[in-house]
Amino acid sequence: MHLDGHDKMGLPAPSAVRIELAAMDVLMVRLFDSIDEANMPWLVAADRALRDAFGSALIDLVPSYTTLMLHYDCLTLTHAEACRRIETVLADLTPADAELAQRHEIPVWYDESVGPELRRVAQRAGISVAEVVRRHSEHEYHVFALGFAPGYGFMGLVEPELATPRLTTPRRRVMAGSVGIAERQTAIYPLLSPGGWNILGRTAIPLFEYARRGEPLLNPGDRVRFVPVSREEFVRQGGDTSPLEVSA
Amino acid sequence: MITQALYTLRVVQSGPLALLVDAGRFGVRHLGVTQGGAADWVSFSWANWLLGNPLNAAALEIVVGGGLVIELERDATLALAGADLQARLDDEPLQPGSAFRVVAGQRLYFQQPRNGLRAYLAVPGGFLASPVLDSVSATPREQLGGHQGDGAPLRQGDRLSWQGVAQEVRRLPFAMHAAPPFQGDCLALVPGAQSAHFTGASLFRAFNTPWQVDNRADRMGVRLCGPRLECRLHSMVSEGIPLGAVQVPPDGQPIVLLNDRQTIGGYPRLGALTPLATARLAQCLPGDSIRFVVSSREQALARYRACLAQWHVQAPRPLSRKS
Repeated sequence: MHLDGHDKMGLPAPSAVRIELAAMDVLMVRLFDSIDEANMPWLVAADRALRDAFGSALIDLVPSYTTLMLHYDCLTLTHAEACRRIETVLADLTPADAELAQRHEIPVWYDESVGPELRRVAQRAGISVAEVVRRHSEHEYHVFALGFAPGYGFMGLVEPELATPRLTTPRRRVMAGSVGIAERQTAIYPLLSPGGWNILGRTAIPLFEYARRGEPLLNPGDRVRFVPVSREEFVRQGGDTSPLEVSA
Repeated sequence: MITQALYTLRVVQSGPLALLVDAGRFGVRHLGVTQGGAADWVSFSWANWLLGNPLNAAALEIVVGGGLVIELERDATLALAGADLQARLDDEPLQPGSAFRVVAGQRLYFQQPRNGLRAYLAVPGGFLASPVLDSVSATPREQLGGHQGDGAPLRQGDRLSWQGVAQEVRRLPFAMHAAPPFQGDCLALVPGAQSAHFTGASLFRAFNTPWQVDNRADRMGVRLCGPRLECRLHSMVSEGIPLGAVQVPPDGQPIVLLNDRQTIGGYPRLGALTPLATARLAQCLPGDSIRFVVSSREQALARYRACLAQWHVQAPRPLSRKS
């Protein structure tokens, strides 16, 4: 790994490489200290290489924005051997080819009936609702991590003007398919759940069904673009038009 | 092919919470899917062991008890382990940690806990259910698994079935009901994660004061009340959370994360309870007092291995799932 500066593709190399003890049989592999889209090719490469290096001794590997949490089988692998395998992987790491990242276009019906915070985000930014929709759907987002719920992908970075803090009081019920933003991140709720993100619209893509089969639509390192669609198109895709209560 | 008879039970009245569990869901945490499974995996394993089942066979986790009534529809041998929920078979009291015969029409009653919080009811060969992501464990928040596949806990009128007959009916090598109460436990914690970022005084308090289990405790996590712990890290990027992690939100009151925890989170952590200590904590009731004691990783592993050796088998969990 090129620890001094940049790799051949101009990506900043992992800046904070550490192996930390997270639990009796769990190690935290830390690569970076802060959220950055440029982290993703390294995290994607480390995820693949660690899966290969641990094989059947891997119980779970959880990549996140800056880290990979590795739960290994402590009955077949010693702590020292687990650390040695991680060190070997990191020593040979080269970032994944960003050009090969999976790209997704997610159709979204942006409407105040299913996106009650469109107006809030517009007001904070001092722009129109139509402009919020244009800007949110114009940008290509990176999937940083999966978490919160099966198939829930944390994506970013949302442009600073649209960044909006979470709701002071989270909703008890956010409908499946709801697309929201919180600070500089955006995400889709795969299933009906509580949540405090600012909801802008809804997609008919059944994210939960993918996750339930163990084949999530979105994976860390993927790129996502939201495509505005009409109510008719949303319904044709099987979308549920029931309004989202402002304080449900 | 010999078709085995189907054995069933019916929920006459549901209690506060009873759900189908196995050892949990593994190899799927990167999908944002939680672990689930038996919160007190030790008692769960004993329940299966009593019937000679595979240790991860599907059983019922009965939380609190409080009015759950189950009717057996065929003669069978069942086993009960874990908390003392004043279980009765009709009028006859059942000791936790025993296998017992039932005849069709008899009813099992569970009431308020006398010791512990979660009891495990095992049936020969385990309950039948369709695995979701390789596990039948019900995780209600995620709507995955369970006897109906949608994560739902048991409701009145539900029927559960199994097909096996007990391979071997065993007796516990010790008296579970005579074990010391779960209250007042010393729970082994392996320091790690962000422990170096806590103030010295907070680290001292963490390990030298009793902590009270709050009533905000469920299968996701158990909140503890005590002195305020301070961490110098104020904001953290979310990262994976292991079972038993002791996280400290800005209010300084620790939360120990259990089986249904979120897969990633951004609060600093002192480290994680050992698997055995996590199982003990899962038996604590609101108001119970516990202490943290430091454990090295090596000590934790030795005790874990010793626990598994009692059953003379591999760990009660599947190996990683190939994706």
